[in-house]
Amino acid sequence: MNRSLVVITAGLSQPSTTRLLADRISGAVAAELTARGEAIDIQVIELRELAVDLATMMATAGMPTARLDRARELVSDAAGLIVVTPVFAASYSGVFKMFFDALDPDALNGMPVIIAATAGTARHSMVLDHALRPLLTHLRAVVMSTGIFAATDDFGSGEQGHHLTERIGRAANELAGQLAHVAGQGLDNTDALATPERPERTSGVTIDAKVTPFARLLQGHTGS
Amino acid sequence: MQFGIFSVGDVTADPTTGRTPTEAERIQAMVAIAKKADEVGLDVFATGEHHNPPFVPSSPTTMLGYIAAQTDSLLLSTATTLITTSDPVKIAEDFAMLQHLSGGRVDLMMGRGNTGPVYPWFGKDIRKGVPLAIENYHLLRRLWREKVVDWEGEFRTPLHGYTSTPAPLDGVPPFVWHGSIRSTEIAEQAAFYGDGFFHNHIFWNKEHTAQMVQLYRQRFEHYGHGSADQAIVGLGGQAFMAGTEAEAKRIFRPYFDNAPVYGHGPSLEEFTRQTPLTVGTPEMVIERTLASADYAGDYQRQLFLMDHAGLPLPMVLEQLEILGREVVPVLRREFEARRPAHVPSDPPTHTSLLAEGPQSRHLQVINADLPTDATATDTDSTTHGQEARA
Repeated sequence: MNRSLVVITAGLSQPSTTRLLADRISGAVAAELTARGEAIDIQVIELRELAVDLATMMATAGMPTARLDRARELVSDAAGLIVVTPVFAASYSGVFKMFFDALDPDALNGMPVIIAATAGTARHSMVLDHALRPLLTHLRAVVMSTGIFAATDDFGSGEQGHHLTERIGRAANELAGQLAHVAGQGLDNTDALATPERPERTSGVTIDAKVTPFARLLQGHTGS
Repeated sequence: MQFGIFSVGDVTADPTTGRTPTEAERIQAMVAIAKKADEVGLDVFATGEHHNPPFVPSSPTTMLGYIAAQTDSLLLSTATTLITTSDPVKIAEDFAMLQHLSGGRVDLMMGRGNTGPVYPWFGKDIRKGVPLAIENYHLLRRLWREKVVDWEGEFRTPLHGYTSTPAPLDGVPPFVWHGSIRSTEIAEQAAFYGDGFFHNHIFWNKEHTAQMVQLYRQRFEHYGHGSADQAIVGLGGQAFMAGTEAEAKRIFRPYFDNAPVYGHGPSLEEFTRQTPLTVGTPEMVIERTLASADYAGDYQRQLFLMDHAGLPLPMVLEQLEILGREVVPVLRREFEARRPAHVPSDPPTHTSLLAEGPQSRHLQVINADLPTDATATDTDSTTHGQEARA
């Protein structure tokens, strides 16, 4: 199976707090997997670099660009995702939402995802459950129960910083468990009964190769 | 190979003057554009069908009939005829009438429409878009090919003992194209009947267009109409020309930047890179258009979008002069030079279909010989169909 973990980060500045958090989470997931004897390939998508491509797609009723297509394929082929956004105006940033708007409706079927957000203060912490979780659930992703919210203060030392590290570890453990579980299914199907069949994913980049034979499309309407 | 223009008939303000033409002016402009296309040696004029502002062409056969009366050889077509929301009985009648009046200078392109609300306005459900396109078109084929039709389907009032009048000219139904940007079902539909497949192409990268055309070509061969490279393909294109590239860009840029569909979005340069839009010299348009055959295969019809985004009529007519007199003659020669002998140059026309005689597959409602190598699903559904008929 594919072993890539894709990190989608919507930070705009350089260096970016959002990217910093994204790196800590992906590092933790990699560490969890390594401890289990598994390897993972981490790929980072900086949405800032796709902002113009996303605007092009939105302004042309869906015309894709080559760079955006590569990102869409990367996401749909991933084994798992980490998505991180800064909080803008009480929600995820616009470019973050535009990227998910650009995905095929079947792009994230059954995809295990860690949701994370950064903000200046802790008062935005509900963004994970008000905005990110419903968005990812709508797209039929499997959202890890531990979300990671980091206010600026959480990057300091002391108790708050310790709690953030703990949350990252817990979420990483959940995602690593999912990835190992999915990987295990390929080798041993014993728990297939416990797991519903995962709907197929499609990036939407290439046209659907499965053609419905016309006789079936025309069923009940034969001529004479 | 056929060359022509397709118009969506948008009424758009000229961004350089701020002036919006009236509907009357735009309708008369479309007629003038069609007549100019004929005059400069283009083969096809195709009009869109829309039922909402800012578009004017809601009644294609009225417009095409009027143009037919003022032209001698121009082929009249559509881009597209709404097979989802229009009554197939009315389409059968209207286009058969146009066929008679124009002396067979008619083909048409089926499409599903551009805005959601069109469906409820005509009492249809957009979620049934594809099934409507499948069922309605099949009824249309029967109305043009059977003297008396008995019909019961999902979407239309049943017909019993119905005869569509007038019958198609010389008993030969117009050739039909199916236009689709990304619905594989429509490519499959075109392939099943051996009809033409048109990819609008003008908002899409060549990789996507190539995939859709390739799918149609493979299925065309699968259904026994010929080899994949003999399938009947049409492509859209878009150009603006001047003596130099810089001059063309200078004139066209304000129209591009404010165009209803892509304006305020990608830059002219970016859009040119990603789509067939060519803004430059006639030589650049020739080179770009010829390259289409490299990824879509040798094809039979090229339609250009030339009148949109508020371009004033005199400018459009000037563009058509360049297109017809400088670009198309070279394209004809070059496309013929590269085309293998077994690949048809032209799509079927009334004359060619009439010459095929009564055994022509074009006259069949469905193909009598469904593929024997069909999948289990193929076989199953065919059996269902036969039961339904019995």
